[in-house]
Amino acid sequence: MSGHSNYEPKTGIERWLDTRLPVVRLAYDSMIDFPTPKNLNYWWTFGGILAVCLGIQLVTGIVLAMHYVPHVDHAFASVERIMRDVNYGWLIRYMHANGASMFFIAVYIHMFRGLYYGSYKAPREVLWILGCVIYLLMMATAFMGYVLPWGQMSFHGAVVITNLFGALPVVGEAITTWLWGGFAVDNPTLNRFFSLHFLLPFMIAGVVGLHIWALHVPGNNNPTGVNVKSKEDTVPFHPYYTVKDGFAIVVFLILFATFVFYNPNALGHADNYIPGNPLVTPAHIVPEWYFLPFYAILRAVPDKLGGVILMFGAIAVLFVLPWLDTSKVRSMRYRPTAKLYFFIFLLACLVLGYCGGQLPDNHVIPGLSTFKLGDADLNSMVWLSRVATLYYFAYFLVVLPVLGLTETPLPLPESISEPVLSHPANAPAGAAASPEKRG
Amino acid sequence: MLRKGIALAALGLAILAAPAAQAAGGALPPKHVEFSFEGPFGKFDQAELQRGYKVYREVCSACHSMNLMYFRNLGQKGGPFYDAKYKNPNDNPYVKSIAKDYQIKDIDSETGDVIERPGTSADKFPSPFPNEAAARASNGGALPPDLSVMAKARHHGPQYIYSLLTGYKNPPAGLKVGVGQHYNPYMNGDVSAAWSGPHDKVPPGGFIAMAPPLAAGQVTFDDGTKSTLDQQAKDVAAFIAWASEPKMEERKAFGMAAMIYLFIFAGLLYASYRKIWKNVAH
Amino acid sequence: MADTVAGANPDTHAAGDDPNRRDFIHIAAAVAAGGAVAGLAWPFIDQMNPSGDTLALASVEFDLTKVEEGQQVTIKWRGKPLFIRNRTGAEIAKAIGDDSASMPDPQKDEDRHKPGKAQWLVLVGTCTHLGCVPTFGGGDYGGWFCPCHGSHYDVSGRIRKGPAPKNLAVPDYTFLSDTKVKVG
Repeated sequence: MSGHSNYEPKTGIERWLDTRLPVVRLAYDSMIDFPTPKNLNYWWTFGGILAVCLGIQLVTGIVLAMHYVPHVDHAFASVERIMRDVNYGWLIRYMHANGASMFFIAVYIHMFRGLYYGSYKAPREVLWILGCVIYLLMMATAFMGYVLPWGQMSFHGAVVITNLFGALPVVGEAITTWLWGGFAVDNPTLNRFFSLHFLLPFMIAGVVGLHIWALHVPGNNNPTGVNVKSKEDTVPFHPYYTVKDGFAIVVFLILFATFVFYNPNALGHADNYIPGNPLVTPAHIVPEWYFLPFYAILRAVPDKLGGVILMFGAIAVLFVLPWLDTSKVRSMRYRPTAKLYFFIFLLACLVLGYCGGQLPDNHVIPGLSTFKLGDADLNSMVWLSRVATLYYFAYFLVVLPVLGLTETPLPLPESISEPVLSHPANAPAGAAASPEKRG
Repeated sequence: MLRKGIALAALGLAILAAPAAQAAGGALPPKHVEFSFEGPFGKFDQAELQRGYKVYREVCSACHSMNLMYFRNLGQKGGPFYDAKYKNPNDNPYVKSIAKDYQIKDIDSETGDVIERPGTSADKFPSPFPNEAAARASNGGALPPDLSVMAKARHHGPQYIYSLLTGYKNPPAGLKVGVGQHYNPYMNGDVSAAWSGPHDKVPPGGFIAMAPPLAAGQVTFDDGTKSTLDQQAKDVAAFIAWASEPKMEERKAFGMAAMIYLFIFAGLLYASYRKIWKNVAH
Repeated sequence: MADTVAGANPDTHAAGDDPNRRDFIHIAAAVAAGGAVAGLAWPFIDQMNPSGDTLALASVEFDLTKVEEGQQVTIKWRGKPLFIRNRTGAEIAKAIGDDSASMPDPQKDEDRHKPGKAQWLVLVGTCTHLGCVPTFGGGDYGGWFCPCHGSHYDVSGRIRKGPAPKNLAVPDYTFLSDTKVKVG
């Protein structure tokens, strides 16, 4: 797949460049001629959508940095100055703030697609791990970006997250002091977060480059999970997937625009429009929605260190997933039992997200106050998150390893083209009847 | 499969977004009140903004700063005193005359002395107190919050401001209200410590240091609108909503053009996509 | 494009396709993509233009009684120096006397001050060559001398010698009263 190139330089300049720096060849091979399975569905368009998200965040972020002042006395007002006085500043800042949420929506769909279709399995382990690295970098970037407006949620969010490191034995306190550059979250913290918030997206872009490289070595997985067998199974990336990805990107941008123009603060938190005040904590402190599942896991454990370990463990387990899943079948289309567990896993993640946004003692079923076991109120968000946390880890550590050895998958198709052609709704008239004509 | 997935994703989004919408504490949800600026086509009502500014100026500004606001903002596009004749708000004579009524502290460039000079359109709204300590000292220890972005700093901001201003109530029997405190069911907070009644019947809301600020007839509206408490509260809520989001009209207008463009663009791409994939079995 | 499909889809040119319509829809989509990028580019360019607060501070008032005859005061206006010079009778006479001399950017002295206010010269204090600040009273003509590349200005602020192409700029200003000017 890789190694062979169909690029033929047409003009003298192209030939001249091609013998010196074959960038046009690289672009041609990876974005135009790249053989792509022809059965990719819309879940596969999120890679392209994520590239657009990263681009939007980079461009808007660089522009915002031209106007933002990283100082505790000026940060809040400088963000509002962007909103009020800078030409189109409101547009750029709302694009950046909502863009973060859009980025995470897309990355979660992208990850669940990978989980469902087994895109992490051999030979794509490195591709998957690079994706996990990107996700980790995204979380760090998003967290530090949220601190920059220096509102109440920014400030106290920074306090809570940096204090997580205080849970580490022996070195915890030294590390938090080092992170803060002082004895509390203050101006030195804001300055370094601004610096790192500027740096990390470029690291993300770098790892994205590796991620795409690692994608182009084995080529795309596909909804059947069956390897590409012949040219019959593929189409060139351009124009087939440029237009399909393009369409999906524009549909995604419509969702994005709905938030930016008509509900720009819906995904944020009202308290963050109150300037940061170290003396008063907001009544109900929650992270941004994309961190809620991890926040729920953190709070599900009554022990500080245990909570932190479990929370980081929830991300760490993703890194070793390729070796936890013992099944040779990639796509869950052909693993009916695993499919069921997968959807419960998806539900568990949503439940964790929901619990993360609620007060731990809130009742799951309102009005039912007698469901007790000893001192514990089982009808509480904290117990619901415990159940969901348990399932989260069980899915990776028990279900996937065991199921691969015990389940009986459905028969796999011979090739990508086989189910495509036998699917009457998708086959064009005549094509299904005489596939051999399509030489 | 796709449709089911989209439905699932939408459901997930709804669940995840839900916590953001719920307010902390046991306050009553804000009263429902219709504002002209709601919805995708909503615009600020200039007469209402003018009345609201008068309420802010004559009542609120005695204690509440708006330190992100400049006088020029009053004359900018969409603002209370915008005049199409003066595209540059700094030239707007009405804005200039408002600014001139204020004495602004400055430094004399020759002598270095602290002086007061008449305001210009480039000046900020002056703060009622020189610093936070002074503000607290004059208000029984409570700090009157800055109102510049108040409508964004509370859930359902404009409705909340209106409800709070019109929602003062006599405390129910069994609720002990401290000196310099007032009971308001729309205020965030928890009054259970001051409640001697049954535990499951704690009244909603909280205590607020601000005495009911508005009363019928307190502000005389220049346009002849009847000056009821309700009218004042609604108008000042609208004014603060505008001050919090002065580019809202521009945003919605830009958004409408962007949405129409995106829908046409999506349609074209879909047609192109169908054409290209027409003869591929997939 | 179809040539590169390499065996996968040889029937993209199947009979019944209207090539014109196909071309149109693809071109329209590509044009729409270009339009979207171009349309969004403007906000990202315009954000670097002066913002609302910067524009608001763009005018300044000045009390002329602070300048003694034969002296100048330099104030900051839009981030640049502004020369306000109170000229002596001899200087004015000299400037008018030079009106017909040959110079790179000929201008009469009376065009460089407000009518009836020959005493007051208000100039943007940046050399028209490359933006340095000329020194007061220097040079061969008693006006200003730019130390960077040796431009000589006379007491009317006109360029007389050196590389600068234009006279020192006169900003928009008005007399609010006999002793007060508003610049900008």
